Amino acid sequence: MIVYGVALLSACLILGMLIGEVLGVALGVQANVGGVGIAMLFLVLASNSDKFKALVDGASGTGIQFWSAMYIPIVVAMAARQNVVAAFEGGMLAVVAGVAAVIVSFALVPVISKIGNSEPSSEESQ
Amino acid sequence: MEILETVFVRNSLVVAFAVVGLTIWVSYFLADKLTNGRIHGSAIAIALGLLAAYFGGKATGGSTGVADITLLGGIGLMGGGMMRDFAIVATAFGVKLSELKKAGLAGVISIFAGVIVSFIVGAVVAVLYGYTDPVAVTTIGAGAVTYIVGPVTGSALGADSDIIALSVAAGLIKSILVMIGTPLVAKTIGLNNPQSAMVFGGLMGTTSGVAAGLAATDPKLVPYGAMTATFYTGVGCLLGPSILFFIVNAIL
Repeated sequence: MIVYGVALLSACLILGMLIGEVLGVALGVQANVGGVGIAMLFLVLASNSDKFKALVDGASGTGIQFWSAMYIPIVVAMAARQNVVAAFEGGMLAVVAGVAAVIVSFALVPVISKIGNSEPSSEESQ
Repeated sequence: MEILETVFVRNSLVVAFAVVGLTIWVSYFLADKLTNGRIHGSAIAIALGLLAAYFGGKATGGSTGVADITLLGGIGLMGGGMMRDFAIVATAFGVKLSELKKAGLAGVISIFAGVIVSFIVGAVVAVLYGYTDPVAVTTIGAGAVTYIVGPVTGSALGADSDIIALSVAAGLIKSILVMIGTPLVAKTIGLNNPQSAMVFGGLMGTTSGVAAGLAATDPKLVPYGAMTATFYTGVGCLLGPSILFFIVNAIL
C-alpha cells in the first residue's frame, strides 16, 4: 500500500519536528533545532532496518519515492515565493554582507571537507 | 475572467502543480537546446522562479513573490515550509547510514564554522558601513547567517525594525546567491560526493539555498546537504543573541 510509505514519511517528519521543537525550548532558542535533520535520520534508520520492511519495500516505497521526486518541483515553487524584492531593496550593505558571507563560506567547503578525509577511512581505502 | 478566477482560486494547489510542471518543461527544453545540457534544467527552473518572484513582488507589493498573485496563490502552499520539509525528508530514503557516519565530525564542525564565519563577515561589513552600536552590528551579522537568525537575534536584543529589515535582506541575498551560485562553483569547491555535500550544507546553512543549490547541482547530494543545513539555523539562533553578541559588545 502506497499510503503506508507516505504515513511512515509523515510520522518521521512529525516526530523529528517535535524533537527539534523540544530541543529549541530546552536550549532557550526561538527556533526548531534540526527537526528536519532528525526526521531524515529516522527515515534512514527505518529504511535500513528489517523491522520496517513492510513500510519501505515495494508499493509502500514508491509512496516515499514519489515525494522524493517531487522535491525539485517543490523547490522551484519555493523559489517563486521568495521575497526577492525585499532582498534587493535592502540596499548595498545587505547585498555586500550577503555576497561576502557566501563567497567566504564557499571557499571553506574544500578546507573543512579535508577534515573528514584526513582520517584513515578515506574513500580510496574502502 | 470571473469564471477562470473562481476555478483557479478554488483549485489553487492543482494550478500550482500545472504551472510548476510547465515551468520545468520549458527549463529543461532551454537547458537542452540553448546550453546543450551544460546548465542543469532545474537550475534554470529555479532562476525562472526567482525572476517570477521578483516581478510578482513588484506587481503586488506582497512578501511572498508569485504567490501574492491571486491566480497563483497555490504556489505559496506548494513552495511553503511544510511541503519543502516533507520532500526534503523523503530524499533521505535510500541514504546509507555509513555515508552519514563518515562525514559526521566534519559535518558538525562545518555547522559551527559556518555560523561563526558568516556572522563575522556580516558584522565586519556592518562596521565598514559605519555602524558602531553592538546591537545593530550583531543583528546584521546574524542576518548574514540566515534570514531567520537575523530577526530572532535582533528582536532578542531589541534592535530597531529597520536594522532587522536590513538583516533579513542580507539573509535573503545569501539564500538567493546560494541557489544560483552553487551549480557554478560546485566543481571548483569539490562538491561532488556525500561528504563534501554535508560540509557544504553545514557551511551555507540556509535551508532554501542549500535545497535549491544542490538540486541544481546533483539531486543525489540533496539529502546529505539538507541534513546538516537544518541544524544551522538552530545553532545560529543559539549563538547569535548570546556568545556572539557578548563578543561584539566586548570589542566595540
